[in-house]
Amino acid sequence: MKREVVKFIIFAALVMLAPLPLKQSYLLNVLVFVGINTLLAVALNLLLGFAGQISLGHAAFFGMGAYLSGILTANFGLNPWLIIVLAAVTVGGLAFVLGFPILKLKGHYLAMATLGFGIIFYIVFNETIGLTGGPSGLPGIPNLAIGSLTFDNDLKNYYLIWGVTLLTILLCVNLAHSRIGRALRAIHDSEVAARVMGVNVRLLKVQIFALSAAISAVAGSLYAHTMTFISPTSFGFNFSVELVTMVIIGGLGSIYGSFLGAALLTLLPELLRAFRDYDIIAYGALLVFMTIFMPGGLVRGIPDLMLFLWSRLTGKRGGNAQTG
Amino acid sequence: MNLSQQILQYILSGLSTGAIYGLVGLGFAIIFSSTAIVNFAQGEFVMLGGMLSVFFLEVVKLPLWLAVPVAILTATMTGVAFERLAIRPLKQATPLSLVIITIGGSILLRGLAMLFWGKDTHALPPFSGNEPLTLAGATILPQHLWIFAVTLLVITGNKLFFYYSISGKAMRACAHNRRAASLVGIDVQRMVLYSFALSSAIGAMAGIIIAPLTMTSYDVGIMLGLKGFCAAIIGGMSSGLGTVIGGIVLGLLESFGAGFVSSGYKDAIAFVILLLILIIRPQGLFHRGESERV
Repeated sequence: MKREVVKFIIFAALVMLAPLPLKQSYLLNVLVFVGINTLLAVALNLLLGFAGQISLGHAAFFGMGAYLSGILTANFGLNPWLIIVLAAVTVGGLAFVLGFPILKLKGHYLAMATLGFGIIFYIVFNETIGLTGGPSGLPGIPNLAIGSLTFDNDLKNYYLIWGVTLLTILLCVNLAHSRIGRALRAIHDSEVAARVMGVNVRLLKVQIFALSAAISAVAGSLYAHTMTFISPTSFGFNFSVELVTMVIIGGLGSIYGSFLGAALLTLLPELLRAFRDYDIIAYGALLVFMTIFMPGGLVRGIPDLMLFLWSRLTGKRGGNAQTG
Repeated sequence: MNLSQQILQYILSGLSTGAIYGLVGLGFAIIFSSTAIVNFAQGEFVMLGGMLSVFFLEVVKLPLWLAVPVAILTATMTGVAFERLAIRPLKQATPLSLVIITIGGSILLRGLAMLFWGKDTHALPPFSGNEPLTLAGATILPQHLWIFAVTLLVITGNKLFFYYSISGKAMRACAHNRRAASLVGIDVQRMVLYSFALSSAIGAMAGIIIAPLTMTSYDVGIMLGLKGFCAAIIGGMSSGLGTVIGGIVLGLLESFGAGFVSSGYKDAIAFVILLLILIIRPQGLFHRGESERV
């Protein structure tokens, strides 16, 4: 546990210091989105990495948070902070209710059910034009503000979003090392074994699903207030897949891995501007490549690779196939 | 047009899209029954069928009767390559990693299609003219008849293959019990390869016969694939008539939903049905339940 505290403090310090050399540059703007995506990836990792339950519909929870915040603040002028809490509770509650029937499914069926659920909400975002503005989007969402401090530039948004993200990471690290975290990993390995050991598998899966959805909704609200404009394309099937890719690339069950995955997938298209539309090819190739060659993700893959190269360089140290 | 003609029209269009969903669903079911893999890339072979035909017809300038089989063959080879390069090398083949790798494969195929052919929609010319036929007041295109004919042909062909050919019987054996099948000398890996080849061929065929009606583009595979899966789920993942009936049920519901309720929510209908069936009767409408192995 002490190691975890040290890790978290180093990570938090790096995050807090990162904007200093950047000032108001474009990169700072990208880092704001790395923050939002990290929040989402950590939330999905709770479900996918710890409990081993796939969701291909997480973009829907993200979208629900964004639209609840967007509609209620832009059109009805309600208090944004109150709405963030309300959105998290509503979306979490909805996920809790839906979770009981959906999480009964396993493997491929669960993947398809969550996918179908995500697409239904995507269609609803597009079709309820009176509320959401439909495909042309919802403009005029106010920035968040505390008293006279308005979060209206990248630097302020950076600290706001990373503040929330760091708190969530702390929560998840704690959760992972608690009795619940161990129970979740037991479910991941064998549901039957977990049940035999006295874990209430069904309830726990649904609870973690609801928590994951609620965090995603918070990310959605923050996204809406940062962008001040939202449209359905940000919450479609592709984004759900992108989120799964972040978690897989970072490493299932590794919270800092989720940050790596989110950072890589957010920065990659920005750095490779020429790629633009074709970045989707890179996602596909990355998913296939990582699943075959680095099933543990970057977090485990890179040290393994280094060790392997090291053993190659120094000769027989690794004791691999060459030495027979 | 009066109400009964309107209803007849909806039934006809529902039947033809439903037949397509059924064919796509067959592809899912064939792979699932011999490997327990749900191939999320199935829809991309439907896209490949349509796009490759357009490519061979308009760029390579082959005549239609040659472009279609060449397109099916190319799509089948792609399916085989997909199995060899992505599915077989997988060391820890958990359901999660299989879901992810087939999704990765589908994104990759879609991206490559976009890279080669761009984002435009393309139309394949109808196989035998565009002159509508009138049937009791409802109009039907010759292409619809092609769709019905090909669907019937595929169902019959499937039945003959799975029940009367040695490879088909071997594939059914793998579906029942892989270990037992390998003990009696069946090359299970080869049967897996066959099932990928067969299902990508059927998928490509579905993509080709629908292309003259709905146009085709690099991203048609997503929706067609998902609807096909929905059909297979209704049919209980059986590689026979059940899935085609499932597809037709879905096609009719969509067609009536679009006609009488709202065309914007047409696509949502399939997914609501999918969720309901997964939750209430995950074994499909025509199947009895099985106990789960631990």
